[in-house]
Amino acid sequence: MIPAAVGYVRADSAEAAVAALGEHGDEAKLLAGGQSLIPLMRLRLARPSVLVDMGRAEDLRGISVDGDTVSIGALTSHSALEHSVELAAACPLLAHVASQVGDPAVRHRGTLGGSLAHADPASDLPAAVLALGGTLVATGPGGSREIAASDFFTGFLESALASDEVLTTVHLPVSTGGWAYQKFNRRAQDWAIVGVAVAEGGAGVSLVNMGSTPLRAAAVEAAVAGGAGASDAAAVAADGTEPPTDNNADGAYREHLVRVLTERALVAAGA
Amino acid sequence: MEVSVTVNGQVRTADVEPRTLLAHFLRDDLGLTGTNIGCDTSSCGACTVLVDGRSAKSCTMLAVQADGADVTTIEGLAGEDGLHPMQQAFHECHALQCGYCTPGMVMAAVSLVDEYSDLDADGVREGLEGNLCRCTGYQNIVKAVLAASE
Ligand SMILES: Cc1cc2nc3c(=O)[nH]c(=O)nc-3n(C[C@H](O)[C@H](O)[C@H](O)COP(=O)(O)OP(=O)(O)OC[C@H]3O[C@@H](n4cnc5c(N)ncnc54)[C@H](O)[C@@H]3O)c2cc1C
Ligand code: FES
Ligand code: FES
Repeated sequence: MIPAAVGYVRADSAEAAVAALGEHGDEAKLLAGGQSLIPLMRLRLARPSVLVDMGRAEDLRGISVDGDTVSIGALTSHSALEHSVELAAACPLLAHVASQVGDPAVRHRGTLGGSLAHADPASDLPAAVLALGGTLVATGPGGSREIAASDFFTGFLESALASDEVLTTVHLPVSTGGWAYQKFNRRAQDWAIVGVAVAEGGAGVSLVNMGSTPLRAAAVEAAVAGGAGASDAAAVAADGTEPPTDNNADGAYREHLVRVLTERALVAAGA
Repeated sequence: MEVSVTVNGQVRTADVEPRTLLAHFLRDDLGLTGTNIGCDTSSCGACTVLVDGRSAKSCTMLAVQADGADVTTIEGLAGEDGLHPMQQAFHECHALQCGYCTPGMVMAAVSLVDEYSDLDADGVREGLEGNLCRCTGYQNIVKAVLAASE
């Protein structure tokens, strides 16, 4: 299907994107890689009045490591994360998770910032950023502010970003301790039915598609911190979650899956 | 909106609505109907083209996003001296039946071989997971891509 008629402006820097959002109001939408927004527009589930195309904002692209912090521009593609030698050394969990998103064509165009701002509980990268304890930088008309990843996802497809804010940078601590990502799906290129990301040998654990937002598995993290083995820690993985029921699985099956996947991920991460 | 896209080495300029998908721009404005459209959900890959050398689903990209970019479609793959090695390998390995998926499959495969070194059969299957074929059962497609990657 063809999207509904829409206005279009190009914003080739973060500053231009903020200005364009301010000018065009609440119904304007940022366009990054378009790999979530364009499918929604084709189904007419999204009908923005104006697209603010920030796809050429080179100031928002790139990965740098400074001391113990990794900084990634919001417009950095999944494919750039997947192939980055610096990221493989400083934060291998994120590089690996990026390689598990969709298919190569989606990874060439889709961006880290777009994946986070879209805030889909079934997406891979938000869970990785949560497990790693990332910090997101949002820039609006009044300047920039930092939002902890654990405060960023506020509801199904909803984030803490205001409608006139642009997500510009993601900061992550360098993280080379034991890590793993378990993504369970049954169709090629599909989203996870359930996924589990583990950072730093179990100090950070997060869950994909186990509720209306990506979730941090606090009970598992506490169990690992308290010295529990992988199997005992994984037993509490579904605690406090309200997993969805859909065509792929019902909630009870997801609760079973998340315990199995958490145990596998903890073992792989050396917990 | 006026867009100017280098398609198969030629600069093509047209006036398009912002909502025009790249796939429709290629097919309807430029008459390049080798790029097929097989779904409404960005899942089949029949529309795959190269944008600045890397595979992209042209149904999941707006023509305005391609302004200034270099796009290669299946029509632009063969050179002076005949078929591109990937096209030749598809021909020799009998990697197509009805042919509907083939343009997208070939473009995705060209990008895949360029992006990943040391591909084995599993790597090819994973790398082409965004391209669906209803006819071949994939066996000969994997064979062709491996043959062309050598
Ligand atoms: C076939 C297919 C398979 C996929 N499979 C997976 C998968 O397995 N796992 C997975 O995680 N994802 C998957 N995806 C989604 C993909 O990862 C998207 O790339 C990603 O979700 C969105 O990034 P984008 O840059 O394309 O954002 P866009 O589609 O451009 O934007 C998405 C939303 O975020 C907003 N936005 C974008 N950038 C910013 C910013 N910098 N600041 C503020 N708001 C912003 C937009 O306004 C829009 O609302 C798949 C997509 C497709 C088409
Ligand atoms: S037409 Fe099916 S993915 Fe583009
Ligand atoms: S050859 Fe018919 S769909 Fe692939």
